[in-house]
Amino acid sequence: MYRLSGVVKRYRRGRATIDALAGVDLTIEDGDQLVIKGPTGGGKSTLLQMLGGLDRPTSGTVELDGTDLARLSEAKLTRVRAATVGFVFQNFNLIPTLNAQENVEAALVPLGTRAAERRRRAAEALESVGLAERRAHLPSELSGGQQQRVAIARALVKQPKVLLADEPTGNLDENMRDEIVGLLEKMWREHGLTYVVVTHDTAIARRASRVATIRKGHVKVAEN
Amino acid sequence: MFLIYLRRELRRRRRAALLVASGLAVGIALVITVSSVATGMRDAQDEVLKSLYGVGTDLAVKKEGQENDRPEPPAFRFEQKGEGEKTQSKEFVRPTGGLGSMDESAVRTVAGRDGVAAAVGGLDLHVDKLNGKFALDPGEGPSQQGPGGPMIQGRPGSGTSEVEVDGYSLFGVDTSDVTVGPMSSSEITKGKGFTSAQADAKVAVVDSGYARQEKIEVGDTFTISGTKFEVIGIATADTGEAAANVYVPLERAQDLSAVDMKDKVSAVYVKATDADQVDTVKAAIEKELAGTTVTSSSDLADQVSGSLSTVSDLATSIGRWLSVTVLAAAFLVAGLLTSSAVNRRVREFGTLKAIGWRSGRVIRQIAGEAFAHGVLGGLLGIALGIAGALAVTAAAPTLTASMGSNQPAGGGGMLISPPREAASKSVEVALGAPLTATTIALAVALAVAGGLVAGAFGGWRAARLRPADALRRVE
Ligand SMILES: Nc1ncnc2c1ncn2[C@@H]1O[C@H](COP(=O)(O)OP(=O)(O)OP(=O)(O)O)[C@@H](O)[C@H]1O
Ligand SMILES: [Mg+2]
Repeated sequence: MYRLSGVVKRYRRGRATIDALAGVDLTIEDGDQLVIKGPTGGGKSTLLQMLGGLDRPTSGTVELDGTDLARLSEAKLTRVRAATVGFVFQNFNLIPTLNAQENVEAALVPLGTRAAERRRRAAEALESVGLAERRAHLPSELSGGQQQRVAIARALVKQPKVLLADEPTGNLDENMRDEIVGLLEKMWREHGLTYVVVTHDTAIARRASRVATIRKGHVKVAEN
Repeated sequence: MFLIYLRRELRRRRRAALLVASGLAVGIALVITVSSVATGMRDAQDEVLKSLYGVGTDLAVKKEGQENDRPEPPAFRFEQKGEGEKTQSKEFVRPTGGLGSMDESAVRTVAGRDGVAAAVGGLDLHVDKLNGKFALDPGEGPSQQGPGGPMIQGRPGSGTSEVEVDGYSLFGVDTSDVTVGPMSSSEITKGKGFTSAQADAKVAVVDSGYARQEKIEVGDTFTISGTKFEVIGIATADTGEAAANVYVPLERAQDLSAVDMKDKVSAVYVKATDADQVDTVKAAIEKELAGTTVTSSSDLADQVSGSLSTVSDLATSIGRWLSVTVLAAAFLVAGLLTSSAVNRRVREFGTLKAIGWRSGRVIRQIAGEAFAHGVLGGLLGIALGIAGALAVTAAAPTLTASMGSNQPAGGGGMLISPPREAASKSVEVALGAPLTATTIALAVALAVAGGLVAGAFGGWRAARLRPADALRRVE
């Protein structure tokens, strides 16, 4: 599935440059779960952005099923984001003025899905995360855990191949955490996804088959 | 989705929408009000010129400097008819403004010129009327003379006398074409107007104001200096003052004058084939008829003074400047507010890009919102502007326009509205602020433009957002 080699991401901040990723080589197989951990500022989010096609590396290749995302045109990269990758953010990132149902539907808009079909699939996705009753609620009317469930429904409604989650429980309290972690793992298993999750949660890391640790832009992978 | 999202944004971010919209609204309202007032001002000025000049008239030709040489003042002689008290009446008809008249052939000369649609002559006369109730001693006193005006010959102090001096203005109208010349600014409100067959008929049209004052009605007989005229119509001036109190056919007026005015006119009134021709025709006539002054309505407009011209200047200069400035500021503020709103929402738009929305779709969403703000602002602004214009119309401030008071003596300014007693003439008009379709169209165009400007700012900002901005820590 993913084959990364020599990936460098250099940020320029004034005169100083920071290598958020300093030559990363990494392979992730279809259906795998990879947990990424490491100290803050280590480059975890940056790596996830490379995987999700949200940004391009300064150098190196990010191959997804044989195509190098680093060299893809903007339009094709947009297409990859729309169809292949589902992203879950630490801050939920729901559109504040749209209700739960509309937020989920927004993910189907770039795929050109017809309105009726969109509505049906969004309702289904919300049901699968246990929020059928909250469809008409605004994000501000939902708890953090519920908001993240909507975000998960939005990531999965398009039936992607890859699910990427950047500290999905980082903004949730203890009892909600397990709920969301459980839901994501259930989805990974049920949909046969490739699942990459950034987390500080040692419990998750302990359960995972592969754990990558990023420190100062360098990756070390440990197999359990 | 576009519309759902747009609707949600407008409804749930109502305050932000109203902020942008009301900024634009103020600018647009100002433009509407100012341009309506400017239109009202033009109307008022037109009205003034019409009343001073005549609707169909583009040019007036007169002998140069004629108000300086006045005709010989008449000498009234009250015959003593036996004994006791007698009421006597005398009338003296003289050309207004002096002896400077032109031969009627000038009318034909002017009419023959290229660019002239019609030319008619007119004769401006004044009738001095003296009603006296005298108890006089017989005998001849020396003639008392003073400058100007009718003189009374008699022996002052030798008896009691109650003398009333008054008069009215009389205008000789070319009955072949009443659409040109001073009478064209009046409308026949009772009876009939002149027809071309009445070139030397003993008929008269009386101005409504004078008719009311003198209790003259259609069908009455009106005697001027011993000649009986049938009153066939009452004319009402469109605005302000009428050109004369009484109108008679030109030939009759020429006959009536005590000073020989046979085949003479005091002015030639010209209508050009179109407005562009006016200046050319003016120059040509001035060249051809030496010693004449040709005045055009734009010359007249320059001479209009008083509060009308002050307000007019204000509306055109300051008003335009102000509304352009406010509008530009409103556009800028709308643009900046939109772009700062995009800044506050980087994560939202970054997220949309991260879930696969094309840049164009995000820009369209933002531009759509900004455009909706513009339209909202436009609607508000139009409502506000209409309210402003209606308020001005309702208040209807009265403006005075004076003619010729700032004219050098002997200049051409007096030609069109011959001086009666004073050297200047003023007309009062109520200022309105009529809303025209053009004004509304302009406002709508501005609203759309405002929306586009705001949308462009927002879109430009949004185009530079990256999907990775979804992960940005904001707030
Ligand atoms: N857009 C950017 N511009 C400049 N520097 C950046 C940018 N994004 C990240 N960096 C820098 O790159 C390094 C890696 O950042 P990254 O967000 O990947 O870390 P992280 O491991 O996700 O940290 P955290 O646990 O705090 O989320 C940091 O030093 C960060 O300051
Ligand atoms: Mg991070």
